[in-house]
Amino acid sequence: MIDLTTIWAFIIAFAIFAYVVMDGFDLGIGILFPTFDVGQERDRAMNSIAPVWDGNETWLVLGGGGLFAAFPLAYAVILPATYPLVIAMLLGLVFRGVAFEFRWRDPAHRRFWDASFTAGSIVAALAQGMTLGALLQGIEVTDRAYSGSWFDWLTPYTLLTGVGTVAGYALLGATWLVWKLDGDGQAHARKLGKIAAIATIALMGAVSLYNLVLRPEYADHWLSTPAIYWVAPIPIATLIVAGFLWHALSCDRHSKPFWLALALFFFGLAGVGVTIWPFVVPPGLTIWDAAAPERSQVFMLVGVAITMPLIIGYTAWAYWVFRGKVGDEGYH
Amino acid sequence: MFDALDPIILARIQFAFTVSFHFIFPAFSIGLASYLAVLEGLWLKTGKTVYMDLFKYWLKIFAIAFAMGVVSGIVMSYQFGTNWSVFSDVAGPVIGPLMAYEVLTAFFLEAGFLGVMLFGMNRVGKKLHYVATLMVAGGTFISAFWILSVNSWMQTPVGYELAANGQYLPGDSWLEIIFNPSFPYRLVHTVLGAYITTAFVVGGVGAWHLLKDRTNKHARKMFSMAMWMAALVVPVQIFAGDMHGLNTLEHQPQKVMAMEGHYQSHPDGAPLILFGIPDSEAREVKYAVEIPKASSLILKHDLDAPMAGLDTIPLDEQPPVGIVFWSFRIMVGLGFAMLGVGLWSLFARVRGKLYDWHWLHRAALVLSPAGFVAVIAGWITTEVGRQPYVIYNLLRTADAASPLDAPAVGASLIAFVVVYFAVFGTGTWYILRLMSKAPQAHETGVKRGDTGPIRTAGITPGPTQDPGNLSPDSLSSIRYVEPASKEDEQ
Ligand code: HDD
Ligand code: HEM
Ligand code: HEM
Repeated sequence: MIDLTTIWAFIIAFAIFAYVVMDGFDLGIGILFPTFDVGQERDRAMNSIAPVWDGNETWLVLGGGGLFAAFPLAYAVILPATYPLVIAMLLGLVFRGVAFEFRWRDPAHRRFWDASFTAGSIVAALAQGMTLGALLQGIEVTDRAYSGSWFDWLTPYTLLTGVGTVAGYALLGATWLVWKLDGDGQAHARKLGKIAAIATIALMGAVSLYNLVLRPEYADHWLSTPAIYWVAPIPIATLIVAGFLWHALSCDRHSKPFWLALALFFFGLAGVGVTIWPFVVPPGLTIWDAAAPERSQVFMLVGVAITMPLIIGYTAWAYWVFRGKVGDEGYH
Repeated sequence: MFDALDPIILARIQFAFTVSFHFIFPAFSIGLASYLAVLEGLWLKTGKTVYMDLFKYWLKIFAIAFAMGVVSGIVMSYQFGTNWSVFSDVAGPVIGPLMAYEVLTAFFLEAGFLGVMLFGMNRVGKKLHYVATLMVAGGTFISAFWILSVNSWMQTPVGYELAANGQYLPGDSWLEIIFNPSFPYRLVHTVLGAYITTAFVVGGVGAWHLLKDRTNKHARKMFSMAMWMAALVVPVQIFAGDMHGLNTLEHQPQKVMAMEGHYQSHPDGAPLILFGIPDSEAREVKYAVEIPKASSLILKHDLDAPMAGLDTIPLDEQPPVGIVFWSFRIMVGLGFAMLGVGLWSLFARVRGKLYDWHWLHRAALVLSPAGFVAVIAGWITTEVGRQPYVIYNLLRTADAASPLDAPAVGASLIAFVVVYFAVFGTGTWYILRLMSKAPQAHETGVKRGDTGPIRTAGITPGPTQDPGNLSPDSLSSIRYVEPASKEDEQ
């Protein structure tokens, strides 16, 4: 049954996917930044995302703002439950966001801003992954409010999802640089991409297996019949994509690794969707429990229907404007 | 260590701190984006390089201010959930969609075109670049539109229904919610405030360089443009503020009572208290300097009109008087000071002395941060004046908070304070450093054939190994070359 609430769940999922892959490669470059040589290599890596990072980060605002608007109760429960993670993420994003401008303004302290670019990116990635983990492992709710304790979000499982996200973002960042750089920088990115790919795939596997024992209903979503016939293609596709990714990283491909990394994330997120559906805050709140009333949903749906094609259009145009290898054909 | 403190007070301090810091940047970038659009437009129309030079000069400053606005804004969009979860739950169906519209129609627009505006001049050509600048400027305005609609709905809520689960649901008409009674006034007054804030910054920078060299043609141009704004827009702003106040009197009378310091009712003509020290214990304004009956004249256009005071309002529904009283006077006082400078500049212009009167330049320099102080003071009046409610007369602030303990809120408050002062303080210093350099004539790109890494970027500088191209003042060139730093030699 497709109702408005389901549509909204998919819109939010789309915003989150867009955010994760787009800001994911920005954050990934931040995570890998210290491994690049000071000077030209770092400058180019930074330049490859300078014109687009702000647009990428806006998907986070849409994810958060959309959740607030379409599922206010979920927003009101998840944020207090993961309070320290959210604050850490926000502060991490502050540091990495200003570093884009500040490092060029102050050569004497460039090292400091480079370090805060990396630290901010790692903290933000880790916090995002752990927030996802905290959500999946379940949040206690009583009377429309969070009723767990302060450190419920800190478990081995959430650490695993956190580290997995860091690895995944690093993979996205490395494959983006394979695309945008050439010469030594590209070779270096390719090497990093391979390491990140192994880590990402291993951690995705670990999280997936952990999910099966995390909550009894999760195992049902995957293993009961007939569900298993519907969902089995996801892990299978993931493995196939992983194989192609490895191959593309090993031979001289430029943009292909990035697209395959995106596909990997797509199937990863689809897996999360299967695990959690139909809950927005497991174990208690389904998407229908948390949904805003129909009038709010319709009003926003009109807005999304009109603006989203435009947004995708001009975002694509902005990427197109800055296409090509960084530095190599010059920007004059 | 925070156990003794009330988590709600801490959450309020945290919200007030983060939103005030955030607003400093939009107050500047809403105005600056429009100023940049005007400069680029004039350049396209007249072809005069002075406009392009100024455009590039202010664009670098804009980039820094905008980045700080964005990162502090992202914090805001999560603060509702982290600190005011009850409020988010019950008000989400009404204000959530408005904020979602802000993301869809404003934030994406700004962010999508920002890259082209900052770095894309040579890639897309003049015309498309101008389109990008206009989109960014338009985006900042649309952003103000939606967020002020949200805030105004919280001040003057209409068009909602109360659901059984405690949520406020939208009624039949979204237009009624969006264009709630205080919104038009707040939008006009706040956007004009942003323009004035920017005008005084630009004017102050122009004045500073005129004081150093009164023949500097870039400084002359920006000073002159800024003083036109000061002379023409500040009077409009004072008028708009007056209308805003009358509207507030209609919808939030206790706020106006607190602004005016009217603890007591005045059955036949209320005095206008210019200064004094509000004493909420004694329920009077001590050492008051007042003009008899003037308050009735301003607010009711009748010398003898009776005016109710806070004595007609139950104690637990009164806002704190002292803060509201003082912040209001700071805003109005600065408004009149800015008006003074604007009129003075008109006079100087008529006498042909706009670039010669050093005292005028000094006054403009002193007032360059006045806009920021005025807008923050105005917001403090607005927000503190609506206490003890978050949604006026419907939801008390104390009932709106998240179920968090004081140590959690206190620790995050400290983290915000430390990080904001360090990071945004540094950014402000970078901006001041850029402002302290005079804009240069022909801030064109570096000659072709230069080697070394270029920022995709373009306008913001990237380092190069070529010490021969040392020219710190070509800063604003399309590509910028700076001396090889130690790092680069490693
Ligand atoms: C440069 C900025 C600036 C200047 C010079 C002024 N204001 Fe203002 N004022 C603002 C910027 C601002 C603001 C930041 O835009 C506020 C805060 C919230 C709002 O709606 O507008 C505000 C609020 C505000 C309020 C509160 C309304 C409410 O809360 O309901 C009143 C009554 C006034 N103003 C009136 C004035 C008057 C009579 C001024 C005459 C000098 C004045 N303002 C100058
Ligand atoms: C336009 C969007 C805004 C919204 C939706 C908004 C909303 C809120 C909310 C929910 C609170 C918490 C309740 C409280 O503690 O009083 C608050 C308080 C406050 N806000 Fe705003 N605000 C907005 C803009 C601003 C701006 C731009 C400023 C300042 C520059 C500001 C200054 C304050 C202050 C000082 C308080 C604390 C008042 C007190 O606790 O006594 N607000 N606002
Ligand atoms: C609590 C209230 C507020 C919230 C939740 C909020 C949220 C945000 C967010 C998320 C951004 C970053 C957008 C991006 O990624 O590009 C932002 C930037 C911005 N905000 Fe706010 N904001 C608030 C108050 C205000 C107010 C009162 C105004 C103006 C009247 C304003 C105007 C802007 C503008 C113009 C920008 C663009 C960046 C800049 O100009 O520095 N915001 N805001």
